[in-house]
Amino acid sequence: MATQEPRYRVPVPQFRPGDEPDFSHLNIPAAGEAKRPGVDVDGRDTIELALGMVRVLDHNHQAVGEWNPEIRPDVLREGLRHMVLTRVYDERMLKLQRQGKMSFYMKSTGEEAVAVAGAMALKNSDMVFPSYRQQGILFARGRDIVDMMCHCISNSRDNLKGRQLPVHYTWAEGNFFSISGNLGTQFPQAVGWAMAARYKGEDQVTASWIGDGTTAEGDFHGALTLASTYRAPVILNVVNNQFAISTHQNMAIGDAPTFAMKGLGYGIASLRVDGNDFLAVYAAMQWAAERARKGHGPAYIEYFSYRADAHSTSDDPSGYRPKTEAKVWPLGDPIERLKNHLIGLGEWDDERHEALEKELNDLVVKSYKEAESHGTLHDGPLSPVPSIFEDVFEEPDWRLIRQRQDLGV
Amino acid sequence: MAKMNMIQALNSALDIAMEKDPNVVSFGEDAGYFGGVFRVTAGLQAKYGLDRSFDTPINEAAIAAMAIGMAANGLRPVAEVQFSDYIFPAIDQIVNEMTRLRYRSAGQYTQPIVIRSPWGGGIRGGQTHSMSPEAFFTHVPGLRVVIPSNPYDAKGLLLASIENNDPVVFFEPKRMYNGPFDGKPDGALQSWANHPKGEVPEGHYTVPLDTAEVVREGNDVTVIAYGTLVHVALSAAEKSGIDAEVIDLKTLTPYDIGTITTSVKKTGRCIVSQEAPRTSGFAAELAAQIQEDCFWSLEAPIGRVTGWDTPYPHAHEWSYFPGQDRFINALKSVMEAA
Repeated sequence: MATQEPRYRVPVPQFRPGDEPDFSHLNIPAAGEAKRPGVDVDGRDTIELALGMVRVLDHNHQAVGEWNPEIRPDVLREGLRHMVLTRVYDERMLKLQRQGKMSFYMKSTGEEAVAVAGAMALKNSDMVFPSYRQQGILFARGRDIVDMMCHCISNSRDNLKGRQLPVHYTWAEGNFFSISGNLGTQFPQAVGWAMAARYKGEDQVTASWIGDGTTAEGDFHGALTLASTYRAPVILNVVNNQFAISTHQNMAIGDAPTFAMKGLGYGIASLRVDGNDFLAVYAAMQWAAERARKGHGPAYIEYFSYRADAHSTSDDPSGYRPKTEAKVWPLGDPIERLKNHLIGLGEWDDERHEALEKELNDLVVKSYKEAESHGTLHDGPLSPVPSIFEDVFEEPDWRLIRQRQDLGV
Repeated sequence: MAKMNMIQALNSALDIAMEKDPNVVSFGEDAGYFGGVFRVTAGLQAKYGLDRSFDTPINEAAIAAMAIGMAANGLRPVAEVQFSDYIFPAIDQIVNEMTRLRYRSAGQYTQPIVIRSPWGGGIRGGQTHSMSPEAFFTHVPGLRVVIPSNPYDAKGLLLASIENNDPVVFFEPKRMYNGPFDGKPDGALQSWANHPKGEVPEGHYTVPLDTAEVVREGNDVTVIAYGTLVHVALSAAEKSGIDAEVIDLKTLTPYDIGTITTSVKKTGRCIVSQEAPRTSGFAAELAAQIQEDCFWSLEAPIGRVTGWDTPYPHAHEWSYFPGQDRFINALKSVMEAA
């Protein structure tokens, strides 16, 4: 064991396995406290929003304050349904991965509101450049679950012909860009897409998501520089789920007070939002989308959240953080909070919630059976072997033709 | 027909492409109002407006990423990287994103992008303005790498690259922007005005992206070159008195294997060449493929004329640069063997 004091600061998380996590030191502003400026606000005047936190649902599950988006109950129920479906789907896919049905999986447990509320506040015609943990967008946009599963088990109906790791979805028809495993590359690409939309005279808005750890990448700086310089209609989102695999967010944030503050240096309107508060996420994205659509420029949003499960099926978080952290996370669980809000409104109850969970669980089980009927990674059928030589170029060149012959297919 | 140097020919290609297709946009560091440090994009902003020919922040990764987003959304970006030595910050976006997007999305998104970049040595540019980094890119599936050697090809290849639906890295041999270069640094500067390939049609035409050209016919040995070394190889062939056939490759990936094998099977001897350092260079790929396809026709080991495995030096540039003498020595040695 090293006993010497470190000679320079190497940030470490406050709590390690075996510690009793206590988040009482976190300064979490009360719901309803944040002011909602006009969508044309000068980016530089959003400093209080970047340091504070947009929160709508209070500790009694009431919607309060200027940011309350005042969404109709049926829309809230729809949001709840998408979030529950995301969680049920994730749970099922994890189990199937453990049974060897797919090579890899990534859940979004605890972060469902970020993806679902964000997607619902955008138009379906708006473009999204997500990271690998925004599968909730696909549910909110109504993608066929069987198609999603066929991708994850890389079978003959995988729309990506078995070329991508599971959860690295592409769905152009749903304006959902190709997910990259290289972190942050989509951030500046989204700005380019948004500029092209303006160039073509469309009122489409583009949104992209990365995690807290990825803000350290050069592409983060590139994206914010481009967005600010060209005033692109783009919403750049950072999901601060506290962890980059095992590495705590303090390895990326340095001495910056919040991730949201990093946007202020670029003069971009910057918000920090309670990422586990469906209404706050919805309101922030709605505000940012209106701002971008009306030509007032980009927005940059940090969602304060907690990754309640492993990074992926390849790591065990009990090796680097206390198991109880998620339970004591002060911002709670996004599904529970929206559910309790709806119950408080008299628009929902426990029986309906249980019935919803059962319905969606049955749907996922049934969908998987159908997906498996199109093949599995282990037993096939897969996309035809010669397809590995397709789509490298528009037309294969002599090298690919020869190599295909060498493979004998 | 008009007399054009390579800068004017490239500028003409961009002008024609932008005139013809409103989705073509051009951008890069200093590439807008100023027209680029080598003036290849001069006049485009005045003619086509700020949103079609514009300056960018100094961030090559962001330039490439912006091109990726734009191209996926229907534009045909032509991005300039000011010197090919500066392209490395963009390599993640090019290698992991641009060249794989068609593949990983199974054709849902495509990347009709050209990245133009002044390339190669011979201008006293030192190690940060003289590199020939083509081999980093020829190793990448899904990427076309094009290097013209004269104004006529430069224009036709650039138009073909812009009109092509695959991503292209288009390296411009900057030593020859204003005239051909025979590899003798002390000789008088030459002009494209007196060169047949300086005759360039003013209108639209393309030069195919998969076709090499035999620029000197010969029977005894095949010399394969691209970019600046095409002219060095030609002058060395003249001077040596050896009946050498010289092939201008033009497109490195995919390269024209047919023209190469036809020539090597005829001559039975071959020299491959590049300005870049020797180890793992593109010439090594050519040598490997030639021995696979032409081994039984070869009468001597394949010769290799390259830069050294050193960074590109400043003061001793001409000891590094594979000039006429190195080609002549290689020609003699390949002819003497076996």
